[in-house]
Amino acid sequence: MKVLMFGWEFPPKIYGGLAVASYGITKGMIEGQPDAEITFCLPKPCGEEEKFLRIIGMNQVPIVYRGHDYNYVKSRIPDYMTPEEYYNFRDHIYADFSYMNVNDMGCMEFAGGYPGNLHDEINNFSIIAGVVARSEQFDIIHAHDWLTYPAGVHAKMVSGKPLCIHVHATDFDRSRGKVNPTVYSIEKNGMDHADCIMCVSELTRQTVIREYHQDPRKCFAIHNAVYPLPQEYLDIPRVDHGKEKVVTFLGRITMQKGPEYFIEAADLVCKRSKNIRFCFAGSGDKYWEMVDLAAAKGIADRVHFPGFQRGKQVYECYKASDVFVMPSVSEPFGIAPLEAMQCGTPSIISKQSGCGEILDKVIKVEYWDINAMADAIYSLCTNEGLHKYLQEEGLKEVAEITWVKVGHRIRKLYDQCIYNGGFIH
Amino acid sequence: MKKICLYFEIHQIIHLKRYRFFDIGRDHYYYDDYENERSINDIAERSYVPALQTLLQMCKDYPEFKVAFSLSGVGLEQLEFHAPQVIDLLREINSTGQAEFLCEPYSHGLASLANEESFANEVKRMSDTIKEMFGKRPTVFRNSSLIYNDEIGAQVAGLGFKGMITEGAKQVLGWKSPHYLYHCASDPRLKLLLRDIKLSEDITERFSRQDWSEYPLFADKWVDWIANTPEGEDIINIFGELVTFGILQPLSSNILEFLKAIPALAKDRGIGFAFPSELCEEKSVGAIEVPYNISWVDEERDTSCWLGNVMQREAFNKLYSIADRVRVSGDRRIQKDWDSLQASNNFRFMTTKPGYQYRGIYDSPYDAFTNYMNILGDFISRVNNLYGGADNEEIDGLITMIKNQGDELAAKDKEIERLRKKLEKYNPTGQVEKKPAKKVTSTKKTAPKAEATSEKVAPAKKATAKKK
Repeated sequence: MKVLMFGWEFPPKIYGGLAVASYGITKGMIEGQPDAEITFCLPKPCGEEEKFLRIIGMNQVPIVYRGHDYNYVKSRIPDYMTPEEYYNFRDHIYADFSYMNVNDMGCMEFAGGYPGNLHDEINNFSIIAGVVARSEQFDIIHAHDWLTYPAGVHAKMVSGKPLCIHVHATDFDRSRGKVNPTVYSIEKNGMDHADCIMCVSELTRQTVIREYHQDPRKCFAIHNAVYPLPQEYLDIPRVDHGKEKVVTFLGRITMQKGPEYFIEAADLVCKRSKNIRFCFAGSGDKYWEMVDLAAAKGIADRVHFPGFQRGKQVYECYKASDVFVMPSVSEPFGIAPLEAMQCGTPSIISKQSGCGEILDKVIKVEYWDINAMADAIYSLCTNEGLHKYLQEEGLKEVAEITWVKVGHRIRKLYDQCIYNGGFIH
Repeated sequence: MKKICLYFEIHQIIHLKRYRFFDIGRDHYYYDDYENERSINDIAERSYVPALQTLLQMCKDYPEFKVAFSLSGVGLEQLEFHAPQVIDLLREINSTGQAEFLCEPYSHGLASLANEESFANEVKRMSDTIKEMFGKRPTVFRNSSLIYNDEIGAQVAGLGFKGMITEGAKQVLGWKSPHYLYHCASDPRLKLLLRDIKLSEDITERFSRQDWSEYPLFADKWVDWIANTPEGEDIINIFGELVTFGILQPLSSNILEFLKAIPALAKDRGIGFAFPSELCEEKSVGAIEVPYNISWVDEERDTSCWLGNVMQREAFNKLYSIADRVRVSGDRRIQKDWDSLQASNNFRFMTTKPGYQYRGIYDSPYDAFTNYMNILGDFISRVNNLYGGADNEEIDGLITMIKNQGDELAAKDKEIERLRKKLEKYNPTGQVEKKPAKKVTSTKKTAPKAEATSEKVAPAKKATAKKK
């Protein structure tokens, strides 16, 4: 089984949840299925990616013919690529792109990440995908998130191989319903062409069916998973604050994550309890608004804003918390509560979070129900029994959620697409 | 002759309302009036009334038919308030003389596992209530959800009951059959009637299940099963909840027709009916040892659905940590809240065992726990306020002192009685004086108890008064 995957992010360069999910899915498939081979196309690899799969840097694939000799090519391309591969790609250039802005190797540059000219980059990515699809051998195409849908569709058009798309989020989640028409059209086009749509939760699946008018027969919920924590993070000790308790929000401070509900609930708790503190970690467009809101409520002395947390800091933050709260207004999956649970911190999540579909040992409330949220926070901080139960059972539950299992479920869908004629007859 | 012993439980909890932690200390009313009224009316209409009407008709049609009930105090309060027609029906059935009422803890709670005195107190209250309502003091006891172990058995025997009904759990019975009369291992005075799980649950659990191999179950088939039990196995205990008829098994499954058909078919096969109290008069075949708790709930037949996880145990321990204070306080509102908070259903809502669906107004065990603990937090502070902030050790000390004094008084009463009897022996005119003497002892027997309870309250109050 050879898979051609298109992705936008991959560790160690992490911009958001997409990188972690892409890594988990590919790694889970490779570990669980010996016959799986994955070719992963990235706009701009940094060269330090793990080597369990083949990485193609789209910024190294020529789209304009250049007659360089072997040694020059060898000196210009990174280690993970051979000049033979370069020549192979060069042999499959399918149109004249010399009007485009290419470098001396005939390749296009990518800024990587999410720059201002994102739509150009998406378009370039899909042009190059045409070259890759013509040169590579594969059985199925798998595109992650809307940025790579055009590339996936292009590859399907060229090769005729079935296309699976992976919906990590939709624009309806990001914008609370006020979608960007360009993004929507890209998403819709990708879904229309897909033979199989994998959604990270049932919640997302319903959005795809309802808002993008997709046939439910080709939409499936494939929930994400987590990797067990490395020893380095396991060794971080849990912090005991004595009489005080710490309640944490960790994530981008933006509309989608519902930060204001966290402040409102914190306000209710602070009115009744003197020994609970709130940690509001992360950065985002609503950061200052939230600082102002906390000050306006008069609880600025109990709500702390430590800013953006990276790498190990995230886990130190989880381990120093007694309760983790994710009040997202709309969360396609939301991996943070699983990570908090791995660190032994009980979580409160909104019912609008996709991860709630596979988690039982968490408290679920409506994102707008600040009374219920405050009540749950208070209960976890004051009742030892509840805290202990969710802590211990949560660890067990999250240990059962593995990427290998996810890989097997994806494989089943691949097989259905390739060998059994797809989902719609 | 084989005898069927039919018994049905009538119990509904008082539903607690949504109670946030900011209500603690501000709002002392804990009940969801709407839900209470709705659920009890619904159950009365769909289940209790048609079922009791059927049973009443059966009593009238078949003079040999007998049935037993037990009511929980909280359930009774609910029925009195919202559905008195159910009580009228029970009275009517009672007047045929073909019904017996058993005693159970007033609150349908787990006091038997936590606090001996509170348990005794509840049993006594319930026994008085039954006597008052139905004219006869119950002699057979059943614990909430048939919870039983040897210690509880001994205690129940000490409270003056001659029999108790409990589960014929496999882990206790082993190879033995539930179709005999047994007695408690720690106190042979207490006879035990064990539920026949299979025959009972054929009706209560499986009757309308279409995937059951015996579906549809007709009364003749079921009675044949009883008739075909081995020779000598004469007691068939069929216990269940009264909501079996109408709620657990819908009326559309014709379960009432099934019930109606049983007496005539039983008569044909020479099977009779008996009250639990009648069966307990007979001789037991042996002791049953129950070192661990059993109950009639779930496949495990133990207490894991109420006390299975740490949350439930925390709530349970916290609740019973104030049991003594509540009992001694004598405050009526506190007492009423105490009853409704104890109901075992509150703990069942917090179970995390897979497969349990019904959670009242709560949507998860955590939700149920949080709400319960909020209410309990308010309740505990109210109880503690009664004692003017005296610390636990002090009050515990006083309570043990009262208890010791009560024990001492009881011991002295016994001594007095013994001496009096001795005196009678030496008195040659005993024949004449015996009667008044006996009377004195019998009145004495109840009098010290009353004194003891009133005294129990008084010193505590004195103590707090002194404090102030």
